[in-house]
Amino acid sequence: MSDVKKFMYLNRRAPYGTIYAWESLEVVLIGAAFDQEVSLMFVDDGVFQLVKGSDTSESDMKNFTPTYRTLGDYGVRHMYVDKTSLEAHGLTQDDLIEVAWEDWESEEEVDNIVEVLDSEELAEKLGESDVVFSF
Amino acid sequence: MPIEANGKVFETDEEGYLANINEWEPAVAEAMSKEDDLDLTDEHWDIINFLREYYEEYQIAPAVRVLTKAVGKKLGKDKGNSKYLYGLFPYGPGKQACRYAGLPKPTGCV
Repeated sequence: MSDVKKFMYLNRRAPYGTIYAWESLEVVLIGAAFDQEVSLMFVDDGVFQLVKGSDTSESDMKNFTPTYRTLGDYGVRHMYVDKTSLEAHGLTQDDLIEVAWEDWESEEEVDNIVEVLDSEELAEKLGESDVVFSF
Repeated sequence: MPIEANGKVFETDEEGYLANINEWEPAVAEAMSKEDDLDLTDEHWDIINFLREYYEEYQIAPAVRVLTKAVGKKLGKDKGNSKYLYGLFPYGPGKQACRYAGLPKPTGCV
């Protein structure tokens, strides 16, 4: 297919409290059916979307943090996390969930597609994208 | 329309999906399949149980494409194809099997 575009979903808000993170995730899940090259980026409070062990039982929101772990099955190839935002929130990659990716035909595997990058590298990834959706 | 199973009444949404996934029990799947004139075999239950495990782990109903691949990986390549799955669930493995399993309609399914 010649017209595969690079889609980047940029997530900047905390997962619970507003609907943005869940809406973004739903668009990714739906969009995955269209065979585009999909990457996600987590910046600012958006890094909280990937923090493992979240518990929403005291709120009215469904805990959708586990859902990110199936994104590899939906063809998402890269999930980039801003190092500066992580550090600003006192987090490291160890606090984040892991997302595996596997090509079921070639059996090529990547154990974890979650990658922590610095600002320069993130800017580069954004620049390479054909379409950026910001949530 | 609510559905009756095992002497109880279960609320559903307007498309027949169970309102509360936590209320599900196997009798619900039996009752739903009876309305569709379908006899549930072990092969059907493999898929229904698979969907419930998937939901338990990821908190969503998988898209049919993801379901097909995952079934192939877990239950064997001969089962991981649409022909096999549509053979079991003629109304669509995503919609029909998810409904029997008490899951919501798969995201992106219209």
